[in-house]
Amino acid sequence: MNVQIRERPEAASSTSIKTAIADCDIHPARATKDELYPYLAKRWHAHLETFGIQAYQGMMEGPPYPKAQPNASRRDAYPPEGGPQGSSLSFMQKQHLDPNNVALGVLNPLATGQGLRNQDLAGAVCSAINDWQIEKWTSKDSRLKGSVVVANEDGVSAAAEIRKRAGDRSFVQVLLLSRNVEPLGQRRYWPIYEAAQEVGLPIGVHAFGFGGNPITASGWPSHYIEEMVGHSQCQQTALASLVLEGVFERFPKLKMVMVEAGFGWAPSLAWRLDKVFTRLHAEVPYLKRKPSEYIRDHIWWTTQPMEDPESRDHLFQTIEWIGWDKLLFATDYPHWDYDEPSRVLPAGVSDANRQAFYLDNAKQLYGIS
Amino acid sequence: MTSPIAGGVDCDLHPAVPHLTSLLPYMNDYWRDQVTTRGMTDLISQSYPTNSPISSRPDWRPAQGKPGSSLADMQSQALDRFGAAYGICNPLYGVQMVFSEDMADAFCRALNDWLVKEWLDRDDRLRGSIVIPVQSIEKAVAEIERCAQDKRFVQVLMLVMGDMPLGKRHYWPIYAAAERLGLPIGIHAGSAYHNPPSSVGWGSYHIEDYVAQAQAFQTQLTSLIVEGVFARHPNLKMVMLESGFTWLPPFLWRLHKFWRGIRMETPWVDRAPLEIVRSNIRFSLQPVDAPPEGDTLNRLFDHMQSDELILFSSDYPHWQFDGDEVLPQGLSQALVRKIMIDNPHATYPRLKLKETTR
Repeated sequence: MNVQIRERPEAASSTSIKTAIADCDIHPARATKDELYPYLAKRWHAHLETFGIQAYQGMMEGPPYPKAQPNASRRDAYPPEGGPQGSSLSFMQKQHLDPNNVALGVLNPLATGQGLRNQDLAGAVCSAINDWQIEKWTSKDSRLKGSVVVANEDGVSAAAEIRKRAGDRSFVQVLLLSRNVEPLGQRRYWPIYEAAQEVGLPIGVHAFGFGGNPITASGWPSHYIEEMVGHSQCQQTALASLVLEGVFERFPKLKMVMVEAGFGWAPSLAWRLDKVFTRLHAEVPYLKRKPSEYIRDHIWWTTQPMEDPESRDHLFQTIEWIGWDKLLFATDYPHWDYDEPSRVLPAGVSDANRQAFYLDNAKQLYGIS
Repeated sequence: MTSPIAGGVDCDLHPAVPHLTSLLPYMNDYWRDQVTTRGMTDLISQSYPTNSPISSRPDWRPAQGKPGSSLADMQSQALDRFGAAYGICNPLYGVQMVFSEDMADAFCRALNDWLVKEWLDRDDRLRGSIVIPVQSIEKAVAEIERCAQDKRFVQVLMLVMGDMPLGKRHYWPIYAAAERLGLPIGIHAGSAYHNPPSSVGWGSYHIEDYVAQAQAFQTQLTSLIVEGVFARHPNLKMVMLESGFTWLPPFLWRLHKFWRGIRMETPWVDRAPLEIVRSNIRFSLQPVDAPPEGDTLNRLFDHMQSDELILFSSDYPHWQFDGDEVLPQGLSQALVRKIMIDNPHATYPRLKLKETTR
């Protein structure tokens, strides 16, 4: 991650990288508050003006923990024409997609209809965000692919939205967030998995989200850094829930991507699951395989924020435990903890693994030729 | 198999309270009356259902009663069998779950007095952890000061999932008392169930709760480190009990990275998280969440960058290993000595104190 303290010339913000890469976590933003209105029924314009967006957290504006930087984004990523970071396609192309040779960019819109308390509003906003992704982004730059955002707490509405987008190659995955009203393996979310499997889209589970639960099992912490680090613990528990509830037994073709939650913890979690499973199998008798096998077969991992041990051998050993074929490079552009493509992998990686890491795994998973 | 060496310190033993009524002799008239008049039930936590396979190894399960409720069994199955010079008792009785601070206080006092009479007085090797009514900081500190007069209490015990993250300043008077009295804070797996037992809500199954203990320890370490507990109390040791430890290296990579990025938010954190862990945090050995072969585990020890973090534990009577394999395969004899003897003695200064106030 690089923290921007001083402004720097935009051309210098990326070292040019010669080989093409996939960036599996890009965050597009709206330039203005009413940019979604053309995609929303009139009823919702008035609703939003009057009641605003009410998520499973108390703040009417902004996040519960103030971010490290405005919009959690790089200070050098403000578009020259105005608007927040990530809201201009032309500036994204100039600052990121072109110099970094991004051949495939997966859009993960945040601050959508996910995590809202009003489910009708959630469904309407999510559908609008999906139309907006096509019109503002994917139809204008063929390198960019969208994620179908869905009203995550309303399985029926979410499944309908997924089926509505079936076959539209503007989208390469369905997007969920890690924190919801219940752990992600719970049955209320199964219609989402059923629909995603049916239309052949992987599900990206991005860290973050609001479900009303404290971000630790011991209540609310004090600081933003605790929330940031805590997302990886939420992701671990959400993944354990998916495995232990039998989601991958029930939906054997489902593929999932753990986005922006780290991957270093995967081996330890899998070993723990396997060990406890040998003792407590009787409680979850529908599981036919060891938990680690479901994880190995069904889960991919985006890389940012990249694990960064002092010793590169520790990194390589960790990746070998997970598999070089399961990592998907991501920058998190334009967020402040962006990973610079040219500086993420230390020396000592074979060309084949490097190619898989930066591009091929993503192309294969997302079906991009 | 790696063999234990004689003279070790078993840092995580669980003597079981047979029933709430077993504590009645240690309560005053008012609380005895409350328990009986109101028909209070036994305080068994969902973290450890009595008959769950996790709660007891099959061959350690008694014909009747709760696993861990017999001293003779603990002696033959753990203390004698693994050659322990000391065994630290961490009672996991559900006193943290009650909501009234007065009731919690009465039950904790009874529990601590019960531990002295029924266990510590009956085997010289045994040492105790002070269970505190975290529902009231004032009462918790008073209970620490009361029990600490008996030098056989070597630690203060808290659960990893309570009302608030443990780094919160609210809890600091507990840490000040512990540091002053030479007592580490032991943080044990288990929830008070005052919050959902995971950071993403209530799961369906016991197995989920148990797996989620490891994530709860991670969030508590974040809280303890970034709130500045160890900047204020540099001599305080905390021991993560039944936490697992193989998650530690990647956890620290992430915490370190974010600390570098946003340390302006917590400027009092004046050392890197890894350094704080090395000086102030320890982990009990069991459970070892790693594959059974020694190679991977030795790599994990290398990732931990220290041989001083792990303290020997059998986690008796919980089912973490079979047979005599209380130590995982492939550990060097030097590391076994550190884990079984040197590290526990460096962590628990009161083990050296001979006289008691009995």
